[in-house]
Amino acid sequence: MEKRVTFRGWWLPALLIAPQVLISAVFFFYPAGQAIWQSLFIPDPFGLSSQFVGLGNFEYLLGDRYYRASFLTTAIFSILVTLCSMIPALFLAVIADRLIKGSGVYRTMLIWPYAVAPAIAGVLWLFMFNTRVGVVSWYLGNLGYDWNHVLNGGEAMGLVVVASAWGRISYNFLFFFAALQAVPRSVIEAAAIDGARFWKRFWTIVLPLLSPTTFFLLVVNVVYSFFETFGVIHTITSGGPQQSTTILVYKVFSDGFVGQDLGSSSAQSVILLFVVGLLTIIQFKFVEKRVHY
Amino acid sequence: MAREIHGMVEKRGAGLWLTHVFMILGVLVIFFPIWLAFVASTVTQPEIVKPPMPLLPGDQFWENYSKALFSGVNVPVATMLFNSLVMAIGIAVGKIVISLLSAFAIVYFRFPGRMVFFWMIFLTLMLPVEVRIVPTYEVVAGFGMLNSYGGLIFPLIASATATFLFRQFFLTIPDELAEAARVDGASPMRFFWDIVVPMSRTNVAALFVILFIYGWNQYLWPLLITTDPEMNTIVMGIKQMFPSGDDTADWPVIMATSILAMIPPVIVVVSMQRLFIRGLVDSEK
Repeated sequence: MEKRVTFRGWWLPALLIAPQVLISAVFFFYPAGQAIWQSLFIPDPFGLSSQFVGLGNFEYLLGDRYYRASFLTTAIFSILVTLCSMIPALFLAVIADRLIKGSGVYRTMLIWPYAVAPAIAGVLWLFMFNTRVGVVSWYLGNLGYDWNHVLNGGEAMGLVVVASAWGRISYNFLFFFAALQAVPRSVIEAAAIDGARFWKRFWTIVLPLLSPTTFFLLVVNVVYSFFETFGVIHTITSGGPQQSTTILVYKVFSDGFVGQDLGSSSAQSVILLFVVGLLTIIQFKFVEKRVHY
Repeated sequence: MAREIHGMVEKRGAGLWLTHVFMILGVLVIFFPIWLAFVASTVTQPEIVKPPMPLLPGDQFWENYSKALFSGVNVPVATMLFNSLVMAIGIAVGKIVISLLSAFAIVYFRFPGRMVFFWMIFLTLMLPVEVRIVPTYEVVAGFGMLNSYGGLIFPLIASATATFLFRQFFLTIPDELAEAARVDGASPMRFFWDIVVPMSRTNVAALFVILFIYGWNQYLWPLLITTDPEMNTIVMGIKQMFPSGDDTADWPVIMATSILAMIPPVIVVVSMQRLFIRGLVDSEK
């Protein structure tokens, strides 16, 4: 789409876009280029020179047991976070939608966790499940279950999943609720006249009508769990125990800043870049065009 | 008849109560972590380290909060709150200003390289800061911007999401307005200030809410570039309050800090709910 009416001149628009171009170039394009460039080299241990290795870093990564494990961890983590945040959100949205009065109050209260930073959410959940002082872990202990996410990888994964999904429930709730409110009443009433009960109506009419929102949220939540959950993982488990919660973004950080392995870290960044690109394409192509009702 | 159908679709009586019960249960479960943090911020350390901790607030509210705010663990929480505020507002205002200007340029002017610029914007939509942390860190370090507000703010306003958003909005402004402005001999900047900016008010406000929360909740970036505790933001500073060894953490103060860290974004979201929801829908489309 283009404007028919435009202004003349070139120095004014150049001046107007200058701040954006400058900032993007310095803090975005140059670093992104550097990431790609550095991914082709292995620096020597003293950082004085580096050796060109072509795709060597990538080859090494794809053969690396820990990196492949991290891929799997990320896949499991993002699927679980997406499910654990979307299903409760849909459930809450469906019951909120049935209320004529009071849904505004519930909505206001359910929005809260969205405003809580992932890192803070991590601290809150860590506090509840802390092995020494946590309330939930204490009650679990009384029930005969010995909770210890510091040692048990599965429990650590469960905890970071729940802590990451918690804030997203608010987000997904808002989108589901808005979509439900947009479902035409006449369709629902017509089905009701035909004798369809609530759950029958939900499965056959409402859920299909929600499919664009659902697919959109699927992609957005996967992107979220890939990139924005760093704070949760760093505060709760720091990737442990035995790397059982080391997702890809966490590995970029720990290899690059803790391990000082710049070549490998950059190569990982580039791989992530492709993953984001792929997800973005899916979001634009698949979600926008294919999901019709 | 109409009443009957109504009754079939919207629940009455027992069903309505059940719906409310489910809803309240849901809210309670979602709210529990925040409630527990609040309770922990109002009791003494011995009450917490001897589980189970109480589930109702104690009487140490002022003690814990003033200890957190004015002495903290490494640095007073008041300092971290201030840093977070500067960072969040800097990101929100900075991003809105540069994107309003550049969106205006690409929509209302035809200049060489306009399409290149447009695709450049599109590219930046795809790359979160987490992916380019190491080289971005080197750039910021090279400029000597570690431990500075500039270092906290600039790399996070580099993506052009907001520009894209304003472009979409400017395209919906009727051409007649620009035509009229041109006929009246108004300069482009005059048109920008008197017509475009006032018309974008709601979009700007909605975007401000989203960007404020985005900036406030940043974790990884401040963690990397603020080595000086005086420059820590509150969201990343909390992790630094945990002792590294086997010592017991000062839970009441840490929990008071986490409550303080969530108050500003919660106020923004709850008080500007409509704008917030609008901003969410806009910025994700």
